[in-house]
Amino acid sequence: MDWTTILAVAPELILTLGGTDLLLVCAFGKQYRIGRRVSIYAVLLLVACGLSLLGPAGNAGSVWGGLYNADAFAAFSKVLIYATAAVSILMAIRFFERAGEMQPEYPVLILFAALGMGFMVSAGDLMTLYIGLEIQSLAAYVMASFMRRDTRSAEAGLKYFVLGALASGILLYGVSLLYGFTGTTSFDGIAAAMAEDMSTGELFGLVFVLAGLAFKISAVPFHMWTPDVYEGAPTPVTAFFASAPKIAAVALSVRVVIDAMGPATEDWQQIVIFVALASIILGAVAAIGQSNIKRLLAYSSINNIGFALIGVAAATEAGVAATMSYMAIYVVMTLGAFLCVLQMRAADGKPVETIESLSGLSRTQPWLAAALAVFMFSLAGIPPLLGFWAKFLVFDAAVAAGLFSLAVAGIALSVIGAYYYLKIIKTMYFDDAAPAYAPADSRIENGLIVASALAVSPLGYLLLPLLALTSGNAAAALF
Amino acid sequence: MTGFPILSIMIALPLAGALIALFMPGDEARRAQAARVIALAATLATFALGILLWASYEIGGPQWQFTEYAPVFGRFAWALGIDGIALMLIMLSVFLMPICVLASWKAIRTRVPEYMAAFLFMETLMIGVFTAQDLFLFYIFFEGGLIPMYLIIGIWGGAERIYASYKFFLYTLLGSVLMLIAMLWMVQQAGTTSIPALMNHDFPAGAQTWLWLAFFASFAVKMPMWPVHTWLPDAHVQAPTAGSVILAGVLLKMGGYGFIRFSLPMFPEASAQLVWVIFTLSMVAVVYTSLVALVQRDMKKLIAYSSVAHMAFVTVGLFAFNRQGIEGAMIVMLSHGLVSGALFLCVGVIYDRLHTREIDRYGGLSDNMPRYALLFMLFTMASVGLPGTSGFVGEFLALVGAYEANSWVAFVCTTGIILAAAYMLYLYWRICFGTLDKPEVAKMPDLSLREIATLGPIAAVVLWMGVYPESFLAPIRDDVGVLLTRIERADPPGDAQLVMGAGAALEAAHDEGAH
Repeated sequence: MDWTTILAVAPELILTLGGTDLLLVCAFGKQYRIGRRVSIYAVLLLVACGLSLLGPAGNAGSVWGGLYNADAFAAFSKVLIYATAAVSILMAIRFFERAGEMQPEYPVLILFAALGMGFMVSAGDLMTLYIGLEIQSLAAYVMASFMRRDTRSAEAGLKYFVLGALASGILLYGVSLLYGFTGTTSFDGIAAAMAEDMSTGELFGLVFVLAGLAFKISAVPFHMWTPDVYEGAPTPVTAFFASAPKIAAVALSVRVVIDAMGPATEDWQQIVIFVALASIILGAVAAIGQSNIKRLLAYSSINNIGFALIGVAAATEAGVAATMSYMAIYVVMTLGAFLCVLQMRAADGKPVETIESLSGLSRTQPWLAAALAVFMFSLAGIPPLLGFWAKFLVFDAAVAAGLFSLAVAGIALSVIGAYYYLKIIKTMYFDDAAPAYAPADSRIENGLIVASALAVSPLGYLLLPLLALTSGNAAAALF
Repeated sequence: MTGFPILSIMIALPLAGALIALFMPGDEARRAQAARVIALAATLATFALGILLWASYEIGGPQWQFTEYAPVFGRFAWALGIDGIALMLIMLSVFLMPICVLASWKAIRTRVPEYMAAFLFMETLMIGVFTAQDLFLFYIFFEGGLIPMYLIIGIWGGAERIYASYKFFLYTLLGSVLMLIAMLWMVQQAGTTSIPALMNHDFPAGAQTWLWLAFFASFAVKMPMWPVHTWLPDAHVQAPTAGSVILAGVLLKMGGYGFIRFSLPMFPEASAQLVWVIFTLSMVAVVYTSLVALVQRDMKKLIAYSSVAHMAFVTVGLFAFNRQGIEGAMIVMLSHGLVSGALFLCVGVIYDRLHTREIDRYGGLSDNMPRYALLFMLFTMASVGLPGTSGFVGEFLALVGAYEANSWVAFVCTTGIILAAAYMLYLYWRICFGTLDKPEVAKMPDLSLREIATLGPIAAVVLWMGVYPESFLAPIRDDVGVLLTRIERADPPGDAQLVMGAGAALEAAHDEGAH
């Protein structure tokens, strides 16, 4: 074993050691005092992980006997994951302090979740896949119920755990079928077996694995946990759920279908097409009636996953690049939207979540309203905002792959989705003013809102060459 | 072209104005006044640049002038450039913008900086649409216009503004997204995003039909053509006066521009094959919407329906496949932009005084508002198409072109002129003539200086276009010629079978001798 092999897993090593260290600090330090400091350390660790990707961790290729891939695809996903994890830590500080629940374990849990997600996107074997998924999920279950005294939060955690365990079971069943019929758990081995001939058992395994993964990315028909968990979990946690694990699960799904099931493209393509269209429709239609902004954003995430999957359905290099670019743009919009939701606090400082309370926000807090409007228009995919480009790329890939009816149906359905985003803007801009929110009190959060709003503004188009290059490299690593 | 990026500056100038207006410090009243001044200054400066652009546009020069190219976005480029057709539509936009700002000077009292910023964003996007030489850049500008217009209708509109804003947004969005899919396919097929290159690319005839239909879905909604015009009356009625002016004056022209720029040159075979769709819908539109306009009780709604009828002349002219038709369609677009804009301003003038758009509440205005009655009369006549006004030139040319293509279409559409005379004169009669027996109407003062400054310039241009249309035809002549050579191979046979008479031959010989 040489240094390259060790350094290839540098991000995971940093997170494991650093996370454990910080956990000890939490255990021995004075809980209520060190929350902020641990958060800062955690962010620094994530930055270090990101930097370590410049070394072998970003380009060593397949290591540890094919269990782990340190390629451009994994690096691209990890950069997104670490960045969103860092933002999730930063946006949580003031929230938990206000609620009197600031505990230093929160950033540590995010670190462990990021560790699991790193394994997910680097997986080269069904075992790595499953272990990564479980590390991430276990951290996430705890985070969902992080507000110990809040029954909604506890309920969210329990729901997430029960349904998540069910999904893990489905996934594991699929994994065991694949192992049983192909005799291997490595992606390459499965691909080789599927290329020879596709047995019914393998097909069943494929379906179950995809079902398990669909749960993790909250795609229809395995989405039902999403609105409840998103609504119940503390807002920064919801923001985290809607961003980092989504990237990891989508990247993992891409890797599984392309790397392990590449020869069976025709078999999974129809599943992905169905899941994509169903997610777009349900995400759009069910969001219309929502009155809670977090539930609405939950359906919005289902809707967006549907669009991201259109790129996967194309099953081409351009399609994978489009999906990864979609996720990159999507997390910026989503984190921005949740940062705005964090600012929704009644005059006494209690968080409010009703869409009604946004009424007339453009009069009481014009800049917050403008930022949220930018995110909403962008999520709706209206040019000249960057969200348009995300949709553009996936439809471009679908058209290039000859999936015209999918592209036409998807884009026509995006108009339904536009309706509920418009509803938010209408509430903020056209309705009479509701009682004003408490003034914004966190410079970090304001700075993050401005940064993400600028990124999805037309200025973001200047970043497109960079995004095209990196996502193109990432996709090329899989083909 | 020299290094002076005049088109980029024209796009950036209103944008800069919008940002300054938004970020202006100070209390509300001061910000409002500052925003008005900034908006006026920015739009006037853009208009001045527009005049410079027209003055330095070389008639008979290269097809694409003032081109700029910067591949900064990876998949598509910041490619700008104009031909005569785009030039004329840009001129229309930059000419109407300062007028819109002036028209909103007093009428808009709430959230003035946001209002002015929305209009300036709108101007940026409109100029962008007409200058973009990259397919995706065009789409971004084209679709981006929805956002400011949605806000303008929704925030500053009338009582039913929310319904109208949704309808406007979703209707036009649904129309456009299909066009995007077609664009993606075209770019993949042709391997370029450059509009001039695509205009000379021959797509397979079978695919053309689908592409044409996808573009048609977008432009027909924008135009708007019957039966997808229903968003227009709602949007017009609810929008503030200046919003209606921009909507009628410029946004509707994007549909016609799209037909000239995309549908005809890129899909000539499909255009010829589906010309019956255009003709049928246009004939229905002319007759049906004119009749609907006749029974309206709301002034803005009446003018909105008349817009649909007038835009049908544009589509008929464009798809006549001959010079008269296309040039006529262009002039109708320009003329309609001016005239309907002016008519909305006229409605705005009296709406500001009495706060109702109901026709029955007015009457006898020619007694106490003679200057208003005069200008309103001029625009009414221009809308009807009286010789000497811009409306006549455009409609006459478009109908001549249509006659050459299909005499029945020309026959049915000509009834539109008669019907237009009916509903416009009826409107004018009910508002300006009759006895001045309503006390609140009698109290209304005549036009203020600001209102004359908004309506006067439009009146002057309407007459200019009516008396000497050559100024407006000269820049587009060559470009229409290019378009005609592109589409002549697909030209469907007309039923008129025109033969050059002895007089025309003599005239041609005379012309030869003169040169």
